[in-house]
Amino acid sequence: MKNTKTLKEALQNKILILDGAMGTMLQRYNFSEEDFRSTRFADFHTSVKGNNDLLSITQPEAIAEVHAKYFEAGADIVETNTFSGTTIAMADYDMEALVYEINFESAKIAREVADKFTALQPEKPRFVAGAMGPTNKTASMSPDVNDPGFRAVSFEELRLAYKQQAEALLDGGVDVLLVETVFDTLNAKAALFAIEEIKEERKIDVPIMISGTITDASGRTLSGQTAEAFLISISHIPLLSVGFNCALGAKQLTPHLEVISQKSTAAISAHPNAGLPNAFGEYDQSPEQMAEQIEAYLDKKLINIIGGCCGTTPAHIKAIAAVAKGYDPRPF
Amino acid sequence: MYMKSDSGNNFNKPAGIDTVLDNNVPEKYLRLSGLEPLIITPESNFINVGERTNVAGSKKFLRLIKERKFEEALSVARHQVEGGAQVIDINMDDGLIDGKEAMVTFLNLVIAEPDIARVPIMIDSSKWEIIEAGLQVVQGKCVVNSISLKEGEAAFIHQAKLIKRYGAAVIIMAFDEVGQADNYERRCEIAKRSYSLLVDQVNFPPEDIIFDLNIFPVATGMVEHRKNAIDFIEATRWVKQNLPHCSVSGGVSNVSFSFRGNNTVREAMHSVFLYHAIQAGMNIGIVNPALLGVYDDLPEDLLHYVEDVILVRRADATERLLDFAETVVGKTKENVVDLSWRNEPLQSRITRALVKGIDKYIIEDIEEARTNASQTIDVIEGNLMTGMNVVGDLFGNGKMFLPQVVKSARVMKKAVAYLEPFIEQEKEEKNKRANSHTTPDLEENNAPSVLMATVKGDVHDIGKNIVSVVLACNNYKIIDLGVMVPPDKIIAEAKKHKVDIIGLSGLITPSLDEMVFLAKEMERQNFQVPLMIGGATTSKAHTAVKIDPQYQHAVVHVNDASRAVTIAGNLLQKDKKTAFKDDLKKEYELFRDQFLGRQRIKEYLAIGEARKNKFKIDWNTTEITKPNVLGIQTIHNFDIAILRDYIDWSPFFRSWDLHGKFPEILDDEVVGPQAKELFEDAKVLLNKIISEKLLSAKAVFGLFEANTINEDDIEITTEQKETNLHLEAEQNQNIVFRTLRQQSKKAVGRPNLALADFIAPKNSGIQDYMGCFCVSTGFGTKELADKYEAENDDYNSIMVKALADRLAEAFAEYLHKQVRTKHWGYAVNEALSNDDLIKERYKGIRPAPGYPACPDHLEKETIWRLLQVEEQIGVSLTSGLAMWPAASVSGYYFGNQKARYFGLGKIKGDQVKDFASRKNISEEKALKWLAPNIAD
Repeated sequence: MKNTKTLKEALQNKILILDGAMGTMLQRYNFSEEDFRSTRFADFHTSVKGNNDLLSITQPEAIAEVHAKYFEAGADIVETNTFSGTTIAMADYDMEALVYEINFESAKIAREVADKFTALQPEKPRFVAGAMGPTNKTASMSPDVNDPGFRAVSFEELRLAYKQQAEALLDGGVDVLLVETVFDTLNAKAALFAIEEIKEERKIDVPIMISGTITDASGRTLSGQTAEAFLISISHIPLLSVGFNCALGAKQLTPHLEVISQKSTAAISAHPNAGLPNAFGEYDQSPEQMAEQIEAYLDKKLINIIGGCCGTTPAHIKAIAAVAKGYDPRPF
Repeated sequence: MYMKSDSGNNFNKPAGIDTVLDNNVPEKYLRLSGLEPLIITPESNFINVGERTNVAGSKKFLRLIKERKFEEALSVARHQVEGGAQVIDINMDDGLIDGKEAMVTFLNLVIAEPDIARVPIMIDSSKWEIIEAGLQVVQGKCVVNSISLKEGEAAFIHQAKLIKRYGAAVIIMAFDEVGQADNYERRCEIAKRSYSLLVDQVNFPPEDIIFDLNIFPVATGMVEHRKNAIDFIEATRWVKQNLPHCSVSGGVSNVSFSFRGNNTVREAMHSVFLYHAIQAGMNIGIVNPALLGVYDDLPEDLLHYVEDVILVRRADATERLLDFAETVVGKTKENVVDLSWRNEPLQSRITRALVKGIDKYIIEDIEEARTNASQTIDVIEGNLMTGMNVVGDLFGNGKMFLPQVVKSARVMKKAVAYLEPFIEQEKEEKNKRANSHTTPDLEENNAPSVLMATVKGDVHDIGKNIVSVVLACNNYKIIDLGVMVPPDKIIAEAKKHKVDIIGLSGLITPSLDEMVFLAKEMERQNFQVPLMIGGATTSKAHTAVKIDPQYQHAVVHVNDASRAVTIAGNLLQKDKKTAFKDDLKKEYELFRDQFLGRQRIKEYLAIGEARKNKFKIDWNTTEITKPNVLGIQTIHNFDIAILRDYIDWSPFFRSWDLHGKFPEILDDEVVGPQAKELFEDAKVLLNKIISEKLLSAKAVFGLFEANTINEDDIEITTEQKETNLHLEAEQNQNIVFRTLRQQSKKAVGRPNLALADFIAPKNSGIQDYMGCFCVSTGFGTKELADKYEAENDDYNSIMVKALADRLAEAFAEYLHKQVRTKHWGYAVNEALSNDDLIKERYKGIRPAPGYPACPDHLEKETIWRLLQVEEQIGVSLTSGLAMWPAASVSGYYFGNQKARYFGLGKIKGDQVKDFASRKNISEEKALKWLAPNIAD
């Protein structure tokens, strides 16, 4: 793909900065049900407030504005507004039919903003990562404690859903696909399987980033794997980077990053939350606090790509970018 | 090997993972994963694949799958993993099974069991569709077993590509279009061709290739089979030398096929074969550990004959081995008591007596040691501790099991009891000699001390006693306060003895609050000693969320007896304890945060909503049988012998930390011998109990007219026409059972259950019925256990209690059957085996207050009032609402065929409030008793 070579070169030369949370930023707009609907979905039969991915269609200027703020803060890569852009997740809003459009438009918006920034500052090329979230179902766990053998979604359903999302993201112009917030490795394997199919069918090479989620102090994913078991389970595919995001703050992620940093020859990424949520479920770690914790990664040379997840803002990314500037990337 | 290229551009390599060496050359190792990683390096020991979860290899597993007993089939897998299998092979290829469906169903269940799913899975089938279905449900990196060139290159390449895309390693059978490789050249040729296709055309990672080079039988008498073993071994060597990074595997038991029935020879053949194959490079295999000797331990002659056959060293090797085999048939089966160890040196005799739990000669040996010693205490600190250290090491390494350790302790205690008078005497003499000098008491043991107690209101102590024994074996001084110990006594005794650790145990849910209270009390009184929490009802979650925050010093949940020693050691070891304590605190804090964080996600219904989603029985069509006998009946002096056939033994083994289903556990590869021995000992004691009538069994039960009122309450009508009206009115007034309803939000079509749903509502106009009961086999237990304890026999003391518990359950089972078939009579024609009873295949249920369907212990008081339990049979309720004697069971009877067991799960404050007002108790009281079930 067009930017693959530039992206790989950039990754060899410096620590790349990923953007921060989209949801946290969108909350600031306080969009109403009407805003979410815009005129096009004014008569839609069910409530769509909260369907953030839909905003790429109904409030594209806001999405572009958030991307621009992150680029201004120093991000090299922004993630498309497509965390829930699969037929599986969109079923909550009866919007399965819009999946292609949401992904395509989201990719297009991010692409345009990225290209604008690259044109202004050619020595710092900007990239777009097509975000592929975990969906809201798990392929290797039962939602019903009384029926442990039950599965709410199959590999095949996931593969098809992810394939549609990935194709739309690629058509919309993303530089790399980011399979993220992996809480069930089997879901991620279905996504990787779908991407491999696309690569073969379109005869292209697509850089893939993958980012798992260690859910708690047990040091395991929600589906029970250790960091190393997770790494082994997804390493059959050539990866641009592997890492972790969400659930934990920067500090709590350190031991798990150390594990994969030692054992992988791919680039290592991290986009932690702004600390752990307080009693009200809010993230209150300041940009400075977070940057300070991230500096510990840099000291240990654990990282090639760094950004933020829940609760992070352009201020966080700015602080992180400022710290990262003084460090070399992890050699790999 | 790929090197880091100069441009630094290495993104298109086949995998993103490798161990990066200092010189930046990544190593290609076979890496697999379940929930945990398994990395196979040249330094790894031989990887043993568990083979019992294979319908082709295990008759039992085949039967279980055919009968769709997946739950039991899971225990086969669990045993494999507990027994040390590092990978489990799962195979469902059988003509009478829908292999694809069975594979997916079983794998989904396996994945839900973290203790099994931690190891990687080998998906074994000759059918590609089954393999692919399996690959689609497992998150970890599996091994496919197997594919081959049998169907030609196109199919082979297609399958290999998909396997790579699914992210699995693969076993390649030495098989091609012509047939199976059966000599050295063909093995090498097929392996080479498969390898080239995989590596060059499919870009398959060479480290993910495993060759199965066909292990065939030797010594079959046929000349063409003569070289089967050596050809495999030599082909293995060639493959490992010429096809970089791959592994070699095989099913070892094939090699000795012609000696079926002669395990002595088979074991020898397996160890000899493996010895040479491993040297040649075989690194993975399917081996039954029960059929494997130790190479170095083989008798020289047998080793010689077997090696001649395997390595084809003589033309007449087979004949010579056959002749020799005749002489060893059944030899090892002879069961003569071997007393040769009695001729060994003193210390090894004492150690052996302790390790084997033999108390027959211990006094004799100890006396010999005492006469040799300069002072008696040296015998304890020297001879006996040396032996107990061996016991501790073996136990720590999983080479001894709990019942053995308890037996060891019995020997130890006997020895110490014998020595004590001598120690006292020496002390006195010394004091006399020292006269007025105040010398420090040399005999005062410096061993760390642990206070153990079952908390107030709780009477269960089997687990606590086991932990005490295990700790005592490891040189801890145990101060055991027994059961139902009030908190002030625990505090006072802890101060008095200056204990180093306090251990609390409990089995019933109210005990949890007692533990919380004690932690608060310890904090208030500025205690610093670590607190260990254990017992069936305790959990890491409860400890982290409720107990740990109350006490600023170490609090640790000990989930089984075998962990107690390590934990106690870490808590006390000088250089480590602060770090350990800090780590614990941090761990529990994080666990707590995450636990509470998770809790919030669960959705609950308001109690009114939950009631709308109740379980609906069509009362117009459902069958309701009027009991043959209404009212209360009692049974005294019941003959315990009848209960023998109703015992569910599996929990008995569990109470000794031996896990597995009875009777299969007796033949288990790992714990089988121990289970057998324990079972024999249990039977001896049970016979004694029965023949000498050492325990007595009593029961009271009643069947009543009943109807559901106000959605969740069951009103009982007692018909006592002959008593006077005043009394009747008084008794009728308050007998209402309050049931609790599930409140978590259910999937569509699943009801929010309460026990009341199983009884017809009053406004339906239909008369329904229910019953309740209390049985006990506990009378006499304490006396008998005390007697054994007085004899320093903890083993039999624990055994008595464990047996009494089993008998009580058996009695409940027996009585339920009598009620179903006779007294109530709704299942007159029922014909169920004991196994069926254990699996609850009967119609109707007998849930017990305090257990999942009705976790509220308070309703026991209602049963006690209704049946006059204490007056009738003498079973009482403690302040914590535990039954005394402990070996008692009480509960309800529901007869509707739709009635089933369920778990209440968590409930919300609105139901607690409602429950309190229905029951006419304070909300505070309701909160206290329902606490473990209230969602935070």
